[in-house]
Amino acid sequence: MTTSTGKGLADLFWAFTRIGLLGFGGGPAMIPLIRQEVVKRHHWLDDDEFADILAIGNTLPGPIATKMPGYIGYRVGGIGGCIIAVAAVILPMIAAMIAMLGIFSRYRDVAWIRGMGQAVVPVVMVMMAQLTLDFWNKSQLALGWLVSLVMVVVAGGLIYVLGVHPGWVIGALLVAALLRPVTLGKETSR
Amino acid sequence: MIYWELFLAFFIPNIIGYGGGPAIIPLIETEVVGRYGWMNAQEFAETLALGNALPSPIATKMAGYVGYDVAGMGGAAVAVFATVVPSLLLMLGALGLLYRHRESPRVKRMSQWVRPVIALMMAWLTLGFLMEGIEGAGIVHTLLIAIASAIALLRFKTHPAFVVMAALIYGGLFLG
Repeated sequence: MTTSTGKGLADLFWAFTRIGLLGFGGGPAMIPLIRQEVVKRHHWLDDDEFADILAIGNTLPGPIATKMPGYIGYRVGGIGGCIIAVAAVILPMIAAMIAMLGIFSRYRDVAWIRGMGQAVVPVVMVMMAQLTLDFWNKSQLALGWLVSLVMVVVAGGLIYVLGVHPGWVIGALLVAALLRPVTLGKETSR
Repeated sequence: MIYWELFLAFFIPNIIGYGGGPAIIPLIETEVVGRYGWMNAQEFAETLALGNALPSPIATKMAGYVGYDVAGMGGAAVAVFATVVPSLLLMLGALGLLYRHRESPRVKRMSQWVRPVIALMMAWLTLGFLMEGIEGAGIVHTLLIAIASAIALLRFKTHPAFVVMAALIYGGLFLG
């Protein structure tokens, strides 16, 4: 299905522009939109392939909504397709951010504009609390509340009491997860 | 030097952050506000608010704006590159290997084990925003806006863009 023709690249561009403009709520919330364009509309992947690519994307760190377009773009149109798909998803709204925040910060010392900025902080707090709850519930589901709590306390002590960079804590956990022998369940990978 | 710091500030969160873009936010805050001091908590909250009100992935919007704020177009390019390219190259380069191991309990464990730490950092950031709100808008306005937006977001599932817009109007009128 490698069609690096002009039409293939144009299709990629428009499909991922639509995804980028309609996908609210961060990358994970955009997955159904990507599926709609890639599987239903353009048939670049079938349902099983899409599920596999999603699973593989989730084995890696970093935003999911750039890995999926990057991979799909590469499959459809090689390196050019990869760049076009990722750029179409991310660039329009990066430009919008720079333009809007640029204007905003120029008038920061105007009292009512500063008031607007202050009023938005509690909203962001609520959104972050929502994400906190979401991640806590997921880790409780996977690890149980006791293990999750112990990990939170230990990590909290390291990061916020001893001042260890969170990168070291998370890095150590990743290495341990990969190296520690699997005791329960079966090792399906060979 | 500044480009190298920008690269690191976005490379590290994106190479250890499991759980998609939202998981990366507290890790980015650690670098941008905590380590390098490119933004204060207020500016970071404003950036995040606009990022949540606009479509497309959150991690790249944050990278693009912070990079631009610190070092112009070149800075934006470096920060976005550090966000997108390393994990994408891993995906394209190691696809076969990853495909074989996608059901492996070890690989699944990686994202599971990282999650409580991310939840903790998100909770810490929530607390930071609370303090920042009290310091800026005062405790009464902060609680009022927080409760109203929690009801709108959680109870009525209002679109985040409208909640941010309502807060902007409120702030313009009552906090000026």
